Amino acid sequence: MTVPTHHPGDTLLIDYAGGALGEAASLIVATHLALCPCCRLNVAEMEAVGGALLESIEPEEVDPACLETVLARLDDLPPLPRIPRPKLVCQPAEVPLLPEPLRRYVGSDLSRLPWKRLMRGMDCYDIPLGSGSGDDSSRRGKARLMRLASGVGPPHHTHRGIELTLVLDGGFTDDLGQFARGDLSVADDSVRHRPVADEEGCLCLAVTDAPLHFTGALGLILNPFVKF
Amino acid sequence: MQDLGSPAAGADRTFEDLLTAVGRDRDRAAFAALFGHFAPRLKAYLRRQGCDAGGAEELVQDVMLLVWRRAETYDPTQASAATWVFTIARNRRIDALRREQRPEIDPADPTLVPDPMESADDGVAARETAGRLRAALKTLPPEQADLLRLAYFEDKPHSLISAEQGIPLGTVKSRLRLAMERLRKAMRDSR
Repeated sequence: MTVPTHHPGDTLLIDYAGGALGEAASLIVATHLALCPCCRLNVAEMEAVGGALLESIEPEEVDPACLETVLARLDDLPPLPRIPRPKLVCQPAEVPLLPEPLRRYVGSDLSRLPWKRLMRGMDCYDIPLGSGSGDDSSRRGKARLMRLASGVGPPHHTHRGIELTLVLDGGFTDDLGQFARGDLSVADDSVRHRPVADEEGCLCLAVTDAPLHFTGALGLILNPFVKF
Repeated sequence: MQDLGSPAAGADRTFEDLLTAVGRDRDRAAFAALFGHFAPRLKAYLRRQGCDAGGAEELVQDVMLLVWRRAETYDPTQASAATWVFTIARNRRIDALRREQRPEIDPADPTLVPDPMESADDGVAARETAGRLRAALKTLPPEQADLLRLAYFEDKPHSLISAEQGIPLGTVKSRLRLAMERLRKAMRDSR
């Protein structure tokens, strides 16, 4: 089995390990992790950094009553069931195309999804995220599955914010190279790219983050220019 | 009331030992010792994520209850106690403060591409790695250490940190990358 050659990179993985990414970006990073043992190791190490930072944080005194409250509740709570470890001896007859956590979001039968036609040779399915109850749902970002026929590419575009694309089947080629299953492309507004699906077509997960880049102090200055 | 609250109960045991004892024996004294150490740190962590003092203490209780309930799944060869507690706190606050799911891999998924080098360092206590890591953290240049804390503690992706701090995105990225490179080297430097 081949391993991916295009990776999210350290900064995006740190955002994921620290828990700063919204749901859509976390979904695409985690799905890449399922296909990329090397990034899984990186994230495990980044979580260790989180542990070390937690150790070194300046502690804040906790009301002593807290411990008593918690101790009093321990017996009400049975241990959570262990997640059963799979037996590696017998491989299941069929390995699903889509890995977790994506499969949880879209199921494993792609033909049952209500695909929407964007243009000839290009269909998409917008993945519902979250429960919709979050007060900050704008930061969740958007996630969609895209299905491109051979030789098809979206119209020339640049990105406002960041666009992440993960190949799930087939592949595409753009200015940055060839992308196959498991490869993740990171395009920001500095990139004008023109991806074209390879001969076998391309199934991919595409995520755009909320326009977080422009919400800070700098954003006040930039915003009027990026609105168009 | 039994004598549970004394932190001295666990003074001669590592936090990894304590967590293992909670998982194996439902050891309440070990749990109280873990609480004494981690609760004030978790409170500080949650305060930096934007919780007020009361809300932070409530979440600290939630996190520690999860620690109690999940301790059975803790594996000291995979993560230090602090790392394990950190991941539980991170997920709990995403759920509580942002009301979002945290998509994660499923280690049992047949589609997961296995690691061809399946952890060669099995058996090496993650605690030792954590010790080297903590030492390396102290040697980071302040501008790298500061950014790292922002990235882990303030619920802001690096792009937003760049905008808010007025530091160019490229600089933020390269500082985080340099910091990670040094820390990674310290972690992998065991053999």
